[in-house]
Amino acid sequence: MPRATSDAKLLIQSLTKAYAATPTNLKIIDLYVICAVATALMQVAYMGLVGSFPFNSFLSGVLSCIGTAVLAVCLRIQVNKDNKEFKDLPPERAFADFILCNLVLHLVMMNFLG
Amino acid sequence: MASTALDFLPAPLRSLRLKTKQQELLLRVSALALIYVLAFAVRLFSVLRYESMIHEFDPYFNYRTTLFLSENGFSEFWNWFDSESWYPLGRVVGGTLFPGLMVTAALLHRLLRALSLAVHIREVCVLTAPFFAANTTLVAYAFGREIWDSGAGLVAAALIAIVPGYISRSVAGSYDNEGVAIFALLLTFYLFVRAVNTGSLAWALASAFGYFYMVSAWGGYVFIINLVPLYVLVLLVTGRYSQRLYVAYNCMYVLGMLLAMQIRFVGFQHVQSGEHMAAMGVFFLLQVFFFLDWVKYLLNDARLFKSFLRITLTCVITVGTLALVIGTASGYISPWTGRFYSLLDPTYAKDHIPIIASVSEHQPTAWSSFMFDFHILLFLFPAGLYFCFKRLSDATIFIVMYGLTSMYFAGVMVRLILVAAPAVCLISAIAASATIKNLTTLIRTKSKSPQVTSGKTTGSKAAAKGAVDQSLPFQHNAAIALLLGAFYLLSRYAIHCTWVTSEAYSSPSIVLAARGHNGGRVIFDDYREAYYWLRQNTPPDAKIMSWWDYGYQITAMGNRTVIVDNNTWNNTHIATVGRAMSSYEDEAYEIMQSLDVNYVLVVFGGVTGYSSDDINKFLWMVRIGGGVFPVIKEPDYLVNGEYRVDKGASPKMLNCLMYKLCYYRFGELTTEYGKPPGYDRVRGVEIGNKDIKLEYLEEAYTTSNWIVRIYKVKPPKNRS
Repeated sequence: MPRATSDAKLLIQSLTKAYAATPTNLKIIDLYVICAVATALMQVAYMGLVGSFPFNSFLSGVLSCIGTAVLAVCLRIQVNKDNKEFKDLPPERAFADFILCNLVLHLVMMNFLG
Repeated sequence: MASTALDFLPAPLRSLRLKTKQQELLLRVSALALIYVLAFAVRLFSVLRYESMIHEFDPYFNYRTTLFLSENGFSEFWNWFDSESWYPLGRVVGGTLFPGLMVTAALLHRLLRALSLAVHIREVCVLTAPFFAANTTLVAYAFGREIWDSGAGLVAAALIAIVPGYISRSVAGSYDNEGVAIFALLLTFYLFVRAVNTGSLAWALASAFGYFYMVSAWGGYVFIINLVPLYVLVLLVTGRYSQRLYVAYNCMYVLGMLLAMQIRFVGFQHVQSGEHMAAMGVFFLLQVFFFLDWVKYLLNDARLFKSFLRITLTCVITVGTLALVIGTASGYISPWTGRFYSLLDPTYAKDHIPIIASVSEHQPTAWSSFMFDFHILLFLFPAGLYFCFKRLSDATIFIVMYGLTSMYFAGVMVRLILVAAPAVCLISAIAASATIKNLTTLIRTKSKSPQVTSGKTTGSKAAAKGAVDQSLPFQHNAAIALLLGAFYLLSRYAIHCTWVTSEAYSSPSIVLAARGHNGGRVIFDDYREAYYWLRQNTPPDAKIMSWWDYGYQITAMGNRTVIVDNNTWNNTHIATVGRAMSSYEDEAYEIMQSLDVNYVLVVFGGVTGYSSDDINKFLWMVRIGGGVFPVIKEPDYLVNGEYRVDKGASPKMLNCLMYKLCYYRFGELTTEYGKPPGYDRVRGVEIGNKDIKLEYLEEAYTTSNWIVRIYKVKPPKNRS
């Protein structure tokens, strides 16, 4: 289906072009998110190899990665200047919230590691 | 227009005259303070009438564990294995309870001790529920203000302070999980709605902590973890997806889930149990929504985006359904447990789980219960729904969903009226507040002069204009009349609530009261009499067999080991006890020997007319015993499907252990003037088997009103 492939190529091209235009701070956050998700996937692959005992350690590891990725996405939303809903939120406040939530996440995770 | 009466004050005091905004603040704060005190005070009836004691059955277990916690510290409590209940199995208490209530009471106790107020922990336990009910009114105020405006918040706080549906489980002395859990529930919902409204990570973190408190307090947290995803789904479906919603839900879900798994009783259920899968599904769905939103923003081209949308949607739906199917089929995702499945299918428990069906609080609700527990809120609720639909926003959609789902579940099980009470109060408060506001606005508008409408009317409307001018005075009077009617209804509500609390919900259940024939009050304190007899007259390692209702009280007050108690976690063990109670004496003796039973305790109401006794519960013992041991058949105990204890009863009924223990020596007793001896005042008949001989047990103690009877199991006879 030539139309589909040309569509796909056009899609990828326009996506890469538009993404290149995003500001650097957002790109850094995106990189962080990708790293966190990659770490989570590696942990899941490792669990597939050696089994899931002890389950609480596996869960705490995966959830800390997913959790920090999700929190970083929330930070990205709040810091993004094109976002009309969060216009009044100073980026320092957004970052402080991000740090606080990460702190709580990792403290609980440390308790759960066992 | 400041009040002219204040102008007569001397000069220095006149500077105290407040501006309107300050007056309003003063009114609001004083109203809230009064509501706070009211919520606490209205729950104190039983403390004033009887004494400061713990009511019912379950609170005694909570009290015993709180005592243990305050004496031995948190680490001992968290790792406690209790060998005094469920003999010979024991119970891992640390891993099978919800610690929120105990930790809260122990912390309050420690705080009071730090302030040099030497209070006994029992007093703290008795007053925990009213204290948290008062706090709930504050949360209700904040929630009402978030959804509608501060007027609705005030009305909501006032309504929830005295609503009987909430009072029933949070009276002073009712030291049960729900007293704290409803506070946690409303707090979590309020914080979550605030997070959705503001999109702030800090509020979402707070709601995660609220959820953690709820999980630590009550098993009903499953309601939150299903309602919130359902709410998000509804918002997504109605096209209200926003990035505030994304931030709020994601932060609450991930952090809340991680926090909830710290409670050992909950464990890994958030990732393995079918009841929690909706939350996970919505989590992934939100990621997809966000991703699509972001790509749409990046692409800026409708056609390309449509094709991208198609690809993504097909991928996501296939992956999602595959995961769900594999998970359920392989058994990794456990299905809904019986307790919650019986909420979706009310007929399930009756056929499959008799223990759940036998609890009176789990029966479907009658209309009279709704009226009793809600009064005028019942018809203010639909009115409030109408107002919410008129002004749809993220917050009102939430309260509508909370109200509708909780009302459905309240209809399925009486106990869940408690969960519906805050929603009903909030929605009714919206209706009441909006109506009263409209009416007072009508009263305050002065009649408009004709120039207001002159610019718009045409000649044909001149007659209508005259009619409008004339209807204004009627509007004024009608508004005053309606306002008076509204105030009358609210005052009747207050009277009803106080009456209901005083008459129906303030009895301790462990101490019974009745009116003597000369009108004076007669107190039956038989339960405590029996437990203290056990405590003082039996060896410390004695094992007591009774029906599971009394287990917690026996361990807490009698300080003896029991065979089964209210936790009902082991159905086979309960069925063994049920079989022992329903068998002939010799078969029952074998079972009791195998369980090392030393004493048997039964509750009998035939002398006093107390109807919650073991003979009335006996058929449930038969059903539960028969569910595990087919040798016990229910029709053996009935005659033509009828349950009788008089001469016409079945021979198995007349000779089973429970019958013998309850009616031993009862045949010699005259209970009522003009009736033959052995007249059972609860069943209203003369008993069939008056000449009871016990071979393997002997009577140890019968309380002064024959309510509790204790028998000692004789050791096996020596062979000659």
